Amino acid sequence: MSGHYNLKALIKAIRSCKTLADERAVIQKESAAVRTSFKEEDSFTRYNNIAKLLYIHMLGYPAHFGQIECLKLVASPRFADKRLGYLGIMLLLDENQEVLTLVTNSLKNDMNHSNMYAVGLALCTFANISSEEMSRDLANEIEKLLGSSNTYIRKKAALCALRIIRRVPDLMDHFITKAKMLIQDRNHGVLLAGITLITEMCEIDEKVCDEFRKATGYLVKHLKNLVTTGYSAEHDVLGITDPFLQVKILRLLRLLGRGDPASSEIMNDILAQVATNTDSTKNVGNSILYETVLTVLEIEADSGLRVMAINILGKFLSNRDNNIRYVALNTLNKVVSIDTNAVQRHRNTILDCLRDGDISIRRRALELSYALVNEGNVRVMIRELLSFLEVADNEFKLGMTTQICLAAERFAPNKRWQIDTVLRVLKLAGNYVREEILAAFIRLTCHTPELQFYTAQRLYAALSNDLSQESLTLAAVWIIGEFGDVLLQGGTIDDGEEVKQVTDTDLIDLLNLVLSSPYTNTLIRQFVLTALSKLSVRFKELSTPQQSHNQDRIAEILAGFSSNLELEIQQRAVEFSNLFGLNDVKLGVLERMPPPEIRATIMGTVSERKPVGSTRTDKDTVVDLIGDDLTSPTNGNLPSSSSGPSTQDLLADIFGGGSSDLGGGGITSPTIQQNGKSTSAAADIMSLFDSTPTPTAPSTSASRSPAISPGLSSGGGAGSLFDLVTPSNSTPQPVVQQQQIQPQPPKSNLQSYTAYEKNGLKITLTPKVAPTQPGLIQILARFQNTTGEIIGGVNFQVAVPKTQQLQMQAMSSSDISAGSTETQQMRIHAPAGAAIRLRMRISYNQSGQNVTDQQDFSGFPADLTGSK
Amino acid sequence: MIKFILVQNRQGKTRLSKWYSPYDDDEKVRLRGEVHRLIAPRDQKYQSNFVEFRNDKIVYRRYAGLFFCVCVDSNDNELAYLEAIHLFVEVLDAFFQNVCELDLVFSFYKVYAILDEVFLAGEIEETSKQVVLDRLDYLEKLE
Repeated sequence: MSGHYNLKALIKAIRSCKTLADERAVIQKESAAVRTSFKEEDSFTRYNNIAKLLYIHMLGYPAHFGQIECLKLVASPRFADKRLGYLGIMLLLDENQEVLTLVTNSLKNDMNHSNMYAVGLALCTFANISSEEMSRDLANEIEKLLGSSNTYIRKKAALCALRIIRRVPDLMDHFITKAKMLIQDRNHGVLLAGITLITEMCEIDEKVCDEFRKATGYLVKHLKNLVTTGYSAEHDVLGITDPFLQVKILRLLRLLGRGDPASSEIMNDILAQVATNTDSTKNVGNSILYETVLTVLEIEADSGLRVMAINILGKFLSNRDNNIRYVALNTLNKVVSIDTNAVQRHRNTILDCLRDGDISIRRRALELSYALVNEGNVRVMIRELLSFLEVADNEFKLGMTTQICLAAERFAPNKRWQIDTVLRVLKLAGNYVREEILAAFIRLTCHTPELQFYTAQRLYAALSNDLSQESLTLAAVWIIGEFGDVLLQGGTIDDGEEVKQVTDTDLIDLLNLVLSSPYTNTLIRQFVLTALSKLSVRFKELSTPQQSHNQDRIAEILAGFSSNLELEIQQRAVEFSNLFGLNDVKLGVLERMPPPEIRATIMGTVSERKPVGSTRTDKDTVVDLIGDDLTSPTNGNLPSSSSGPSTQDLLADIFGGGSSDLGGGGITSPTIQQNGKSTSAAADIMSLFDSTPTPTAPSTSASRSPAISPGLSSGGGAGSLFDLVTPSNSTPQPVVQQQQIQPQPPKSNLQSYTAYEKNGLKITLTPKVAPTQPGLIQILARFQNTTGEIIGGVNFQVAVPKTQQLQMQAMSSSDISAGSTETQQMRIHAPAGAAIRLRMRISYNQSGQNVTDQQDFSGFPADLTGSK
Repeated sequence: MIKFILVQNRQGKTRLSKWYSPYDDDEKVRLRGEVHRLIAPRDQKYQSNFVEFRNDKIVYRRYAGLFFCVCVDSNDNELAYLEAIHLFVEVLDAFFQNVCELDLVFSFYKVYAILDEVFLAGEIEETSKQVVLDRLDYLEKLE
């Protein structure tokens, strides 16, 4: 059996193979032939065999049996043999293989060879594959060769020294003196290698850095020569002299100038010169400018130079070359934490890069944009980011939603804006939102009672339009369940937008729709079941008109899930169904949750900067191939995969929170809420009463408080008399009303306070606080006309301290006819324990005279808003 | 420093591989595959010549059907390595007089010799085309 005649014949044979199987067969045959031939120990065929074997190796077939043969080839006196032998060693061996120790001796011999090319081969092999052990053994040889008069050898020896100190940093001392000589070398190759060596030394050991600082002057001189000398044929690259050497020098200067004002001072001028004189139209020039910028930013440069550096990066950003924009963004990312203001100036250019064609540039621009958000520009930046979110690649969305919401949390100018921002995020990318962000949003809503109606209303509208965004659905379902009563009570949204009043039936319809939507998943179903149960309690508290019907519907839906295949859902459905029957317990368990503790949302840094490809080093190739394909998509699945524990937490929260309150306020609270003449229902009653001819004092307070409040009794005999009359008026009311009044508690905390009494106009204020929302005070203002003539054009204005917030609804009528009463509802949000102080301005027209009055009122009991 | 240099054609056949850090054989096979899958589908016009790869980055440049890739430390100057690749290709071109893929196949051992004159120990060794070419001519004569 014999192989092919020579390497060329083999290559041709392999290339003519039609299939991989053919190729394998040819190579197997050839390998066998080479192996047999090795056994014959024929020094003439060895060269040929190794050459063929190396080609076989390059194609990825095993060739390790040739290692020893390579060693033999190296020992040959023929230069061609040596050359191929060393090539074989470099290809077939690496520093981790034991056979390598056998090479040490050959290398040592060849380093002392009379032929400089043989020395060169040995140095080259050493520099590429030397191990730690070999580095120790041959350090002296290398040190000697560093002093060689031959530039070819000096240059290679310098890089060998580099290899040695990388493997054994302790051996650095051997080379420091020689390295200093290299700085003064006139040969570019030697200088380049020498500077590389010194750079490595300085990176390894800070103390060595001091040693080389003295040579800063030389480096500056070299750089100056390179910049100022005109054309030099030998090292010219597109009109720039030896850019590689320039880059290396700049890099070493960076290490020397770092934290050292003296040497930074020496290099200031030359850096400015390089920055201004280098041609920036081509990649070569830009590579130097880029290195210069890095150096300027890291040394103790004067501020003018730093600004210049950042401006170079700014110019890079508008370069047409993708590579230049890429490095600019990369560098700005590093700089932004140090010098945010300088980078801010290029904000618009950076935002433009969000629309770049290159995804890696978009990724970097995005990363940089996150870093640029601050109090001053949060509105603009978030607007830009949100508009980018609409078109962003899906892989960015998870990071973007997180970063936008975190920035909104940190820099929000007000709560309303923050809620709007998160709402928009949920709408745009609801399927890419981390659980922590969702939790933070719910926390925010719980802590912002003044915006709960707004938030619930917006979520309700958003969910009605789009059921496909998971996080939006979750947030909406939860908020609707928790704050269903707020939503039903109605309210105003500041910007005067028309608000469509939502009814209890609407809510059940929507939740039912969510359950049947194709986008729904187990988690959403769990949320909906909990929300429905909460709603049943909220409805009851509000005594909504359709409540009996809707309670039945809720029970029906819950029952429908009691045989669900999903264990968690089944359990919830069964538990909630049972809870449904236990009226007393239910109210306590499902009452509003105490707002969770406020804390900043913390999560691991979300970065767009991820390494590509696997970082695994295990040997199983097949597994790795599969693994590689899986790595990227898993990122997108994060929220759903990690959602398991959250639901449990949520349940624990509900039950845990409920049970602890059961004994105390938990049970009493719902009953007290019963007398809540919450806006819509109350308004209905009012209008009913208003239509009756008899001037009625507000029926509610009278009928509910057997003991007539002092405010009313002081209001004059007529008022109190009518009060007593009213209950009889209410008897013919429809059944619905009866139901309302029936569950009233025997004792009420409603009390009216007279705030104004002049010219026959009396204004009383009746505050009401729901125990579930201690910060929210509903105040009913009653305007009583005790004169005999009409009081017209009544305008009642109220102001509260800055810490509190006020919402007023329209007055039932601005004209108060003789002896009648008009009402106006207002709501105040106040922090717990705050005293309610009102400044009122009232203007009206009485018998042709315009009266305007201003008065302060602080007559409410101090504990109205709860204890601190 | 350079971790490895790969020259691959569009089909992913490796025409040159030089490793300056130790990798075992399986790892080398894996790296070749990964780099090819990462580089080959990238857009020539709208994408940069740099890709993050594991904890390093790959600077690559395409010449006709061949991708020249160098894997470098993440804090290295990408633009300078792009120039270095070009320098290497220019030397190859001058040496083979209009280099083509077949030159790299049939004279692979010469390509390694050229590479060793331009890069050594993972660093650029010589930046003058003429110095490299003179040296190579002389070495040719020695054989």
